[in-house]
Parts: sequence; C-alpha cells; structure tokens
Amino acid sequence: MPALANNELRIVGFLCNWCSYGGADTAGVARASQPTDLRIIRVPCSGRVDPLFVLKALLNGADGVLVSGCHPRDCHYGTGNFYARRRLEVLKRFLPILGIDPARFSYTWVSASEGQRWQKVVSRFTEEIHALGPAPRFEAVEPLAKACSWTQESKGPVSVISPELLEQLKKAIADKLPELDCVLGWQEGRDLLHSVPLFIRSEDDLTKLRCDATCHNNLVRYLPDLKGQKVGIIVRSCEARSVVQLLQEGLISREELVVFALPCQGLLDLPRLEEALGRYQRLEDLTLTETTLRLRVDGQERVFQTADFRQSRCEQCPGELPAIADQSFGDFSGQTASQTLPPELAFLDSLNLQERMGFWRACMERCILCHACRNSCPMCVCRDQCIAESREPHWQSAEASVKEKFFFQIIHALHLAGRCTGCGECQANCPVGLPIFALRAHLNRIVSELFDGYQAGCDPKAVPPLLTYSQEEAHIHERSWE
Amino acid sequence: MSSDRFLAHTAIGDFLEGLVQTGYTVYCPQKEPGVRQSVIFAPWQKGLPISLEKATVAPKHLVLPQSEVLFRYSKHKESAEPAKQSLTLDANEIFTPTLLFASRPCDARGFAILDRPFLQGLFRDPYYARRREALCVVSLTCPSGCATCFCHWTGAGPSSPEGSDILMTEIAEGFVLQGITDKGKELLLASKLPEAGEKSQEATKARKAAWQSLSPVQDLSTAPQKLAEIFADQAFWSQATQACLACGACTYLCPTCYCFNITDESLDGENEQGVRLRSWDTCMAKQFTEEASGHNPRPDKAQRMRNRISHKFSSYPENWGSFSCSGCGRCVTHCPVGLDIREIVLKAIHAKTAQQNEKETS
Repeated sequence: MPALANNELRIVGFLCNWCSYGGADTAGVARASQPTDLRIIRVPCSGRVDPLFVLKALLNGADGVLVSGCHPRDCHYGTGNFYARRRLEVLKRFLPILGIDPARFSYTWVSASEGQRWQKVVSRFTEEIHALGPAPRFEAVEPLAKACSWTQESKGPVSVISPELLEQLKKAIADKLPELDCVLGWQEGRDLLHSVPLFIRSEDDLTKLRCDATCHNNLVRYLPDLKGQKVGIIVRSCEARSVVQLLQEGLISREELVVFALPCQGLLDLPRLEEALGRYQRLEDLTLTETTLRLRVDGQERVFQTADFRQSRCEQCPGELPAIADQSFGDFSGQTASQTLPPELAFLDSLNLQERMGFWRACMERCILCHACRNSCPMCVCRDQCIAESREPHWQSAEASVKEKFFFQIIHALHLAGRCTGCGECQANCPVGLPIFALRAHLNRIVSELFDGYQAGCDPKAVPPLLTYSQEEAHIHERSWE
Repeated sequence: MSSDRFLAHTAIGDFLEGLVQTGYTVYCPQKEPGVRQSVIFAPWQKGLPISLEKATVAPKHLVLPQSEVLFRYSKHKESAEPAKQSLTLDANEIFTPTLLFASRPCDARGFAILDRPFLQGLFRDPYYARRREALCVVSLTCPSGCATCFCHWTGAGPSSPEGSDILMTEIAEGFVLQGITDKGKELLLASKLPEAGEKSQEATKARKAAWQSLSPVQDLSTAPQKLAEIFADQAFWSQATQACLACGACTYLCPTCYCFNITDESLDGENEQGVRLRSWDTCMAKQFTEEASGHNPRPDKAQRMRNRISHKFSSYPENWGSFSCSGCGRCVTHCPVGLDIREIVLKAIHAKTAQQNEKETS
C-alpha cells in the first residue's frame, strides 16, 4: 500500500457491516492498493448512520467523511439504505449553510463482492479530499462580524382582531370550556406590548384573552405535555401547521384536541420593535391597527408603521390554513403567500463558505447555551431527554466552546429536518439575537427541493419525507464514481 | 485628597488604552448586531466602539466562566508494574488582572452576592477567589430605571456602590469617577485623569435624579418567611409556572445564579487524558437534581422554578441576610414566555397559607 508519509489527512468512513465493510475486506484480500487516510468505523447498516455522526466528525477535525452501504434494493435489512439515502442527501445539501464544503462528505454504495469498486471509491474520495486540503477548523476561523439586513420590501399588514370577533371566539370557548381541561390562548404580559401564553380554565381566565399581532408564542409547544387531557387551542396559520406536524408524527392525539382557528395577516417583530423603542420605564397605552402601532411611553407618543415591524417569517407564510379547525372565526381570504426568501437565509446565501463559517463562529461566541431556542420549539418534544445533555451517550462535552455550542445548534436544526413548520420561535426567543432560523429555513428549502415542494405541517395525511422513502428517488441523483 | 476623577466622553478610549498598557484585560459592553441587538461584555481593543447600554448577559463569567478547566489529568501505566497506574494533575493557575468597564450597579451587586457563598462560606473557592481578586469593577450609574428592572425592591438602587470598585456617573461632558474601594481609589489616583472638583456635585445631582425616576418600591421584607410557608403548596407553584418552558435563559443571564456542574471530559476518547471542567448549570434542567438511582426530587418545572425563586428570596437570605437577586430584570426581559419573577414573589407574599385557608373554610 502506498503510504502517504506525513501527508495523510483524516478521513472517516462509516461502512455498513454487510456490504461495504465486506467490500473493503475483499479489496484488502485482493491486495488492491488503496490510500491509507481512511479510518473505518463499522456500523450495522447505512441506516444507522445518524447525520450527526458525520457532523461531529467534521467539527472535530475530520477532513472528509465517507458513508458507504449496500446498494439500494439490496439492503440486508430491506429498507435501511432507502432511509439513509434521504437523510444523507439532505445532510450533504445542509453542509454549505454551515460553511462546510459539501465535497468533504460523500455517500455511496459498495457491495461485499465489489472490491474493485471499493478501491475506486476510496482512491477517488481520498484524492478529492487531498485536492481540498486540510479542513478549516471551526474554532480557528476568523470570526466575521456582519449583520443581515431586516428591511424587506412588500410588507403586508399585521393582525388585528376586531372586538366583535374576539367576543365571538370567547363565547365559543365558553361554550366548550365545561368539557375541556383547559384552552390555550394569549394574554397581556408585563405590559401592553408583551403578550404571554394564557391557560384558560375558567370564565374568569377567559376575560384576559388577547389574540392580536403581539401574541407571538407558539402555543403548540405545550400540547405534548398536556397529553391525556382534553385541550382547546387557538391557532393561526403557523400554530395550525405545528399542530398538523405533531399529529402527522403521532405525538398528540386529535381526539383530545379542539381547534379554534383565527385568520392572521402577520405578527409584530417584538425584538426589533424593542430595539427601536429603546429603554423605557412605563408603557402607558397601546393602539394597534393593521398599519399603525401607537404607543404612549413615559408620557411620550410614539408611532410606528406596522409594515416596518412585521415579522419576516410572515412573508413566507403559506397563508392557507391547513384543514384542521373545529371552529373558524373571521375571514381567511386575505391570507396570501408571497414566498420570498427569509432575510437571514438570503444573507447567508450571499456569503461564501469561509465567510459563513466565520459568521457562525462569531455568533457562537455570543451563544450562552440557555436552550431557549430548543425549549420554545413546538417540534422539540424530547424535553428532558435531549441528547445535548445526555452523558451516556456523550454527544456533547460540558465545555462552553464555540465548537460545542455550534454542535448544539446543528443538533437542533438537523432534528427539525422535514419537520420545522417555520414559526421562528427559536430565533425570536434567543436572548442574544442569533439568526438560527436560517439553518431551519435552509433545511426547509432542501426538503422542498428534494421532495416535490413538501412543506411541513400543511397536510395532516402526508407522511413526513424523512420518515418514509421511495425506491426510486425523483430528485436525488447520486454521483457516479466512474 | 478626594480620589474623584473626571473622564470626558472623548477620553474613554485613551483611558482604557492606558489600563491595557498597565496590564489589565479590559471588558466593556459592545453592541452586537443580530435579530435582536445584544450588548455583550467583550475584551476591548484600541479602536473598538463602546456601548454604554446595559448588557444583555450579566458579566458574572468574569469570575465564574461558563466553563473553566479546574485541572488537566493524565494517567500513566508504569512499565515495571503494569497493574499500577499513576495520575498526573496539572491545574491552570493563570489569572490576569481584569477590569470591567461600564457594568451596571446591579451587575456589580451580583459580584457581592456571589462573594458570600464562594468566599465567606465553609470553603473559600480558590478559582473564584483568584479571579475575583484580579477583577476591578467600574460601574456606571443608571440614569433611570427601566420597564423590567427592580433593584430598589431588593434593597439597592441605580447608584448603589456595593460590589463596585469605582462608580461612574454621567454628567454633561463626561463622567465623574468615584473610588469606592481602596483598589478603586488607588487606580484613580494613579491615573492621569483630571480631578473632578466641582463636577462631583453635578454627579450627586444626577444620581438623585435617577433615584427619583424609579417606580414605587414594593416591600419584599416578608418574602423569605412567606416563601418558606408556601414551599409545599404545589397548586401555587404549578399555577405560577404553567407557562414556563424550563429553558435556562433566566439562570444563565442572571448576575447572581451561581450553580455549577463538575464533569470529567476525556480528551482522547479513552479517558487516559482529560480535563475536569466546572461549567454553569441550571436548576431548570432535569439533570440538575437527578440522583444516581434515577430518582429526581424535582421532577417538573414547578419544583424547579420554586427552587430558583425560593433560593433567591428565601434560603439565601436565611443564610446570608440579603436577597440573592440584584433586581436587574434580565430574567423578566428575556423569558420567552414572559414569566415575571416580581409577579411571582408578590403573589407569594400575598398568598394565603394552607392554615389560613383552613381557618376561612371552617
């Protein structure tokens, strides 16, 4: 074997026990010459390869990662590699948003008899990694302090619910309340601008109900915890999608749920509004119309155009409410989809790989791992069992380094692949304002490209694309190793 | 001779540069752009713009880093006796003089609150002690209160000197710097700043105005006793915390939360070499109280939040005679679901105890 003395790079290979590991063995027995950079980790099946294995390797010093399994339709377990193919393709397309060259990761299929093919795959991949050179280390890249612009054109109005409509809704909830354990809604928080979740258990609670554009909390977050209780929930488009996604995954039960649907034109972006408002002591009054927000703050009148402070995610809202409502209130016709790119994603798209890694590096210096992003996410259902905090297996060190923080963000994002309903709570609740929604938005884009425009939480009957497979993938074109 | 000095707005850069030259690492608030603008304490370098806004994250990491290496370890097998293994420990002992510039009085008071358990308790924590001794705190008097802060409820105010070495107050053209501790006074006397002279009176006026701008103060003196009384009132705590997401934002942003975890992290995958880390922990996490048997005395968020609030307003005061909350309001500002510690403490003060409830019904 030609040893690349002192010139070796670190390449990690995850090989399935039944085919590719055998294929590598066949190549060895045949004394086929191979480069020695590859370190092989044997796994039972390519379906066992968690995309996080690959990312953990890449973040911890691997220059390249190769996954190889049985050929499609030849899996020892029948379908493992079909699932793997979807996950690994999503992973490959996910890498660039992190600033990692997607060429550093590849996946392929080698059977136990294909010693020659193995030789070709490993030689080609090693050659390509050598052409790229040693991978940049996340903790060593120059931080890039750059900010994305939040101003967008063609902003719509924000939601204002008329007093009559609110009364109608309250009456409907009051009628249903005797048969429910509680109804989830919103109420005024520490002042008129800050709304917080409301758990309606009595008529008295109901008087506090508020449903306007300041109500940003995604109430679906609470549903898995209330399993076993009969719960009512007020939804708008984004909450409705989260409900549908949890139903699709069987994490909540439709029978235990009563859905009250409201139309929504858009929500206010509280963090940006707070920034514009500056430090204040007392908020004395608030008047909100679709286009204007009037505040009296410390005795002074402040007027904001709501169009300037509409949440950017509302621009990507698919508009239409998924067919989930038990009772609907108001006019849903005004909801339209504009399908622009989220500004945080457009910003990352405008950077090159090196800049993106530098950008995230700078972000992670501010991250304090408070987990507000994870714990406000309606799709993060593991609660106390999150792998980020597990010691066995030991996914993460307790070290608060930029690398560990970034890996946590990657865990959260990847566990949302094909599941994120785009509510943006993760980002809205980050105390230090990290644009982490970009990671989810990019994953949503990948899933949409690969799986015929699939959007999470829009169709209660659809199977989430990463929970299924097709034997022939229409949009996954694997590379040829010829 | 008064150690009061005057620092012109335009001279901040030179002043900080001078401190860097004398060997200090200077941390000052810097604005970071993002979805939400944040203000972070970061090492100052010449030419960096400074923000004087209240920081998003409290500066407690300067005395209690989010994670710190207590020591490195490596295990060796002895060739003569392969069954025997020896262990080498290597502690990190480098602590550089650090100056914290333009923190707020609530941040500084946070240090005073941390000092009690770390320095005055049964054990004096050597890591904390060395960092704390190497730290000089220059606090900026708040010009007014804000919507979420409540330092005056906890026994302090916008110009409280507790925990600060130097207190600076903004006046027309700059700041009056007033030495509080000997360390602070010496630093000012050794500096090239002009004496404040009559400007000191202007600063006193500014401080008075700040106090006058505060909202009415709430009396929390009965909080320790009341919280102890309703400790077992599960209904109260469940109701108060039903919206809580059990994330750790409140504890990690807090200038006075000091709970930590200690873990060994292998550096070679086989634990032959590694580091013993001390890192921030949060009482909002399940693992915080999980026992080796699997039993968890605080299985849900109601008990975890009860612990946080009772520690700050009941058990810490029992041990140390003051609240372990400096009223900075960060937990209120940044809680994703707007859980308001002020509201819960006030509710607790006015809550009826089980005995009172019984009396009323009988």
